[in-house]
Amino acid sequence: MKFAYYPGCSLHATAREYDLSTRAVCDRLGIELKELPDWNCCGATSAHSTNHFLSTALPARNLAIADEMGLEVAVPCAACYQRLRMAQNDLARDPVLREKMEAVTGRPYKEEGVRVKSLLELLAGQGEALKSRVVRPLDGLKVACYYGCLLLRPPAVSFDDPEHPSSMDGLLEICGAEPIDWGYKTECCGASLSLTDEDVVLKLTRDILAVALGAGAECLVVACPLCHSNLDGRQGHVNKKFGTGFQLPVLYFTQVLGLAMGARPEELGMNIHFVSTDKVFKKCCPENTPRKR
Amino acid sequence: MTVNLTQSLRDGADFRRRIEDQSGQTLSDCYQCGKCTAGCPVAFAADAAPHQVVRMLQLGLRDEALATRTIWLCAACSTCTTRCPRGVDLARIMDCLRIAALRQGKVRAGRQVALFNNVFLESVRKYGRAHELGLAMGLNLKRGTPLKDADLGLGMLKRRKLRLAPSRIRSTGEIAAIFRRAGEMEDGK
Repeated sequence: MKFAYYPGCSLHATAREYDLSTRAVCDRLGIELKELPDWNCCGATSAHSTNHFLSTALPARNLAIADEMGLEVAVPCAACYQRLRMAQNDLARDPVLREKMEAVTGRPYKEEGVRVKSLLELLAGQGEALKSRVVRPLDGLKVACYYGCLLLRPPAVSFDDPEHPSSMDGLLEICGAEPIDWGYKTECCGASLSLTDEDVVLKLTRDILAVALGAGAECLVVACPLCHSNLDGRQGHVNKKFGTGFQLPVLYFTQVLGLAMGARPEELGMNIHFVSTDKVFKKCCPENTPRKR
Repeated sequence: MTVNLTQSLRDGADFRRRIEDQSGQTLSDCYQCGKCTAGCPVAFAADAAPHQVVRMLQLGLRDEALATRTIWLCAACSTCTTRCPRGVDLARIMDCLRIAALRQGKVRAGRQVALFNNVFLESVRKYGRAHELGLAMGLNLKRGTPLKDADLGLGMLKRRKLRLAPSRIRSTGEIAAIFRRAGEMEDGK
């Protein structure tokens, strides 16, 4: 199985453990990822808050490159996924916009382009393959699957129920983990506001951490680099502002999958988190606690 | 607040139509149930509830809507869009309002966000990708808060989660042309 791979800016930097673990997991499942040549940033929230045409054109250039490759596209970042799918939907619906985008990007657009899949959707379809490759079951590790906002909304681009998603829960169950039932699966963490309105982000992040912990989670599991940098990176700021003492590990779902498939922690980038992931190891693979860096 | 509806409906008619055109939404579809507000994660910090912003638009209160902090606090999470019983895509309307405020130079309530967007897109225009370290430092310099998030920045550098130099794509000329043409198209709208 071969997919075009659109990592997006975060996976080359702040979320490089998501990239590492994605590659490790796909490799073990026999999924070949071919990075889109010379891909550009999707424009994220900034483009669609600034210029209607730019917000479609930036993802549209990547869609045209993927079309040339003739491969379905796998997108790990929730924000990139949403931007690519929104652009694709708008292009499919509006022939005038297609013409305009051809003029802006200098690339051709058909009504129907290649399929764009979020990495979670792609891997959720590989349950059977995963089952046969689990060598280190996670032994009842209580996980709170946190889907966040951009991965499932608006419903027009969602591959799962936007209010009660279950695709990640299903995958982690196959790994032997125990996904808990909790109410904040799809709440927003404030994502893009982290550099402009930290107070708002800290409040939203605190709520998510508190609800997960209250429901008995031993770790949070995410599928978005923005969620991760708020929940993991800013957990210390939350503790400082609210006088809390959270030490809740925040893992990418691909890291959990990789762990269950026997990957070494360093291979999954589990040693470059802000909040230590040791608790998870002590429980799942005491023989292999990650080297401190 | 006293509103002269006869006047606001007349004066705001053009703006209302433009927002409807750009967003593809019909503002009168909203019957003000407030479900968007109930689910909005940032409503607690907003000066006008999301459904009130729609009401302002329905009544032609353009300047009032554009002056809210709400449109800039909106994190584009689309909870409102997902839950609206009338199928109004409020997240898209919020996009249109931010763009309109920017074009009319009315960004007082959202200076920080507008500045961030500007610095972010400048990075994308130059390199084809966002250079996180550069944009965080650029933002800090421009707003005079040089040490904001320095602890996070250092932590990320230590973990090699920030690139010192931007990763530049080969076709930066193509990206610059996309920015130029998209800008011209937006201006001609």
